[in-house]
Amino acid sequence: MSGSPAWVRAFRITNVRVVSQAFFLGLFLFLLWVTWLSRLKGYPASLFLEMDPLVGFATALSTHTVYRWLWRGILVLVPTLLLGRAFCNWVCPYGTLHQAAGWLFDIRGNRGRIDANRYRPLYQVKYLVLAVLLVMAALGALQIGLLDPICLFVRTVAVAIAPAVDPSLAGAADRLVPGFGALVFKPGAPEARVFAGAWFVGLLLLGLVGANLVVPRFFCRALCPLGAFLGVLSRFSLFRIDRDVTKCTDCDLCLKGCEGAADPQGALRKSECFVCLNCIDDCPEDALRFRFNPRPSVAGLVEGKSGPGTATLGGLPVLSRDLAVEVKAPDVPRRRWLFAGVAGLLAFPFLRFSKDVNARGFHPKAIRPPGSVAEPEFLERCIKCDQCVNVCPTNVLQPARLAVAGLEGLWTPVMDFAVGFCQLNCVLCSEVCPTGAIRKTSLARKLGLGAFAEQGPIRIGTAFFDRGRCLPWAMETPCVVCEEVCPTTPKAIGTYDEAITRWDGRPVTLNRPYVRPELCIGCGICQRECPVVDDAAVYVTAVGESRSDERTLLLGGKKQA
Amino acid sequence: MAEMDEDRRRLLKGLGAVAGLSLGAGYAALAPPGWPGSLRDPDGERGKPRPRALRLPEGGFAVEPSGVLPLLGVARGSRVDAMLRAAVDAIGGIRRFVSAGDVVLVKPNVAFERSAPLGATTSPEVVAALVRLCREAGASEVRVADNPIESPAACFERSGVRKAAVDAGARVYLPTAADFRLLETPGATHIARWPFFWRPFAGVTKVIGVAPVKDHNLCRASMTTKNWYGLLGGRRNQLHQDIHGIVADLALMLRPTFVVLDGTRVLWRSGPTGGSLADVREGRTLVASTDSLAADAFGWDDLLGRAGEPLPAYFAKAASRGLGTPDWRSANAREVQVG
Repeated sequence: MSGSPAWVRAFRITNVRVVSQAFFLGLFLFLLWVTWLSRLKGYPASLFLEMDPLVGFATALSTHTVYRWLWRGILVLVPTLLLGRAFCNWVCPYGTLHQAAGWLFDIRGNRGRIDANRYRPLYQVKYLVLAVLLVMAALGALQIGLLDPICLFVRTVAVAIAPAVDPSLAGAADRLVPGFGALVFKPGAPEARVFAGAWFVGLLLLGLVGANLVVPRFFCRALCPLGAFLGVLSRFSLFRIDRDVTKCTDCDLCLKGCEGAADPQGALRKSECFVCLNCIDDCPEDALRFRFNPRPSVAGLVEGKSGPGTATLGGLPVLSRDLAVEVKAPDVPRRRWLFAGVAGLLAFPFLRFSKDVNARGFHPKAIRPPGSVAEPEFLERCIKCDQCVNVCPTNVLQPARLAVAGLEGLWTPVMDFAVGFCQLNCVLCSEVCPTGAIRKTSLARKLGLGAFAEQGPIRIGTAFFDRGRCLPWAMETPCVVCEEVCPTTPKAIGTYDEAITRWDGRPVTLNRPYVRPELCIGCGICQRECPVVDDAAVYVTAVGESRSDERTLLLGGKKQA
Repeated sequence: MAEMDEDRRRLLKGLGAVAGLSLGAGYAALAPPGWPGSLRDPDGERGKPRPRALRLPEGGFAVEPSGVLPLLGVARGSRVDAMLRAAVDAIGGIRRFVSAGDVVLVKPNVAFERSAPLGATTSPEVVAALVRLCREAGASEVRVADNPIESPAACFERSGVRKAAVDAGARVYLPTAADFRLLETPGATHIARWPFFWRPFAGVTKVIGVAPVKDHNLCRASMTTKNWYGLLGGRRNQLHQDIHGIVADLALMLRPTFVVLDGTRVLWRSGPTGGSLADVREGRTLVASTDSLAADAFGWDDLLGRAGEPLPAYFAKAASRGLGTPDWRSANAREVQVG
């Protein structure tokens, strides 16, 4: 090391890698930061989700198509086939977060680090997770979003981090450094954004990041289905870390910084190696190199007795006791693959025959954003990334709770009109959806204009009145905010007007509202603006939504093509 | 030398695998949607499910019309077998309708879990007689099917229709979710595309409806035309928003070989479910007709005894489509007294 000048050492490959990680983490956060009406301006806001090859592959399994930009998965797939799982330690923002946390809070000495970075059978779990998720996807239940690191991180930023960061950026930080307030994720949001189950999404992040203190890169090594997917592919990679048994003294120092727990000190586990290249840096003997087309085995080429010092390889004495240099495939016994496959086969009916995601038992509050495909197709496509929730300007889009959508629909987008309403001239959610669960929808299509006049506007639900809580109906009190804000033309809320004498003798004209179901699009602004704020006197439920034949309300109600 | 060769072979194999996988994935993801093996879906259009719709045969299951035979055969009496034979004989006899080798679907109304005397379902004796008649004419198979409102198995059991049909030699089809497919009925107002109880129709050559005479709260009367409602699936509960339009659509959807109006009992009030013997009176009548509107009109005038009242609106709607004549009096009708 002392041989090179400092400026050369600054260009060490591991430093280049850190720059790459910082760049991609920054790009990731930047793209989520621009996922907002005033900033979107043609940025590929969902780029990371689109180039996640697991998203492309699993949705191709579930839908037999590759939607819109999902071909971008090739951008990660091809480098993986050439280099191995380099994505995990060069690009993946979630991996970077875990590595940074592990580094920052590490209290181990070198010996502790070496022990913590040895391979453990626990790390098979991610392959079993992957197998279960892919089998389910092939059957039509796409659940990769629960654990896919990009989906998980996007969701966490949208639902937990951005709402947590914004108030302090706008407040204290802006007072310290004037202008900092402009950095908020959601400039111009009228109120602090709130999300159903944000506590759980946030705590999950803390838990998974905290796990790094016990097992370094716990999520990446043990759980990550994308890592497992890339691990399976990396058996084909042409490059890998190669150990020169004539130089290696079995000191195990290469394990000190091994991110993937890939056993560089012995037979390198190609499927586990993140290509962080720390081992090359740490090797005092220069025995490790990142090589093209290395030999899978050298044992056959060793001459003489095995054992240090006595045998030779290519004329040089073999120093290492361990002659194995490569493990190509993931270390998962066949019967465990089988178990995972059976588990996936069973998990599908367990999820799908839960009442809430079925035509016969759908939750009245499972109101999907406009442009959503019918529920069975929706569940084949939605990866729970919550980019739609992130971009929604009124905060009406919420990650679904278990009680609304079961486990299968957990964190998929539903509308909560106590929080916001679906803005008439907005189709942003359909623009950012990477998988077509919310199909790209033009405003003309949403509103039923122009070429779409025949099929009519997209309806996401229908409004109902609770006359027992409505001021003009139940309390002799004039109101009709609902009729006033109704955005359709003609209005979907009409009134029966009646002059009455109140209990105290005062005459009053009441405009008692009713719904015109053929006009209602279910936007929910009536519910949002109803003065009976805790349990509104007018409320929207999913029936009448035009994406579904099962949930229509009116005979001959227009169905979307 | 051997090592060099081995290195080169491994390299070629590795490059081949990487290139193959990359090109394969690239082709599937990027090839234009029309190309074989392409999975590309630029706008979500390809991902849309396209349920295959089916159609019933052109002209339905009707036989050649006859210029001379009566349109309506009415048999009065109490012996169901003889009455049915007499009524069918009046319109040409069973051999006019069913030939050797025919697969016949008999569609009773088994909508509710009610015992036969309560009049809410087709009489099991009439179903059995009809099945026997078809088999006698040489039908290779007779099927009995309905999609009831209440639990299918319970309806078929309690009404006695299952046992009667099976004992007479028919196969009973109870609906399951997989038995429905989208049916196209061109020209229908509401059910141009609607889920249809398809499975019992596979391979069928003749269809005979056999319906009780019932008062109906919304439709005013439920007889042979409304009986086809029991072949629909999907969101049937919407159809009541325009019941007469729907019954007229049903007449368009299913053109039967002939229909039997089961007037052995008449549910004259509290229909279509009834539930009390006080709601039922003896009718002692069976009607066979190739025209379900004529049969229904006869039921309205004669069996429900509402001759003075205007016919329910579905008659005019269906008649205006040329699907029959409600004017049974001027149509050729033959009445027979049996025993």
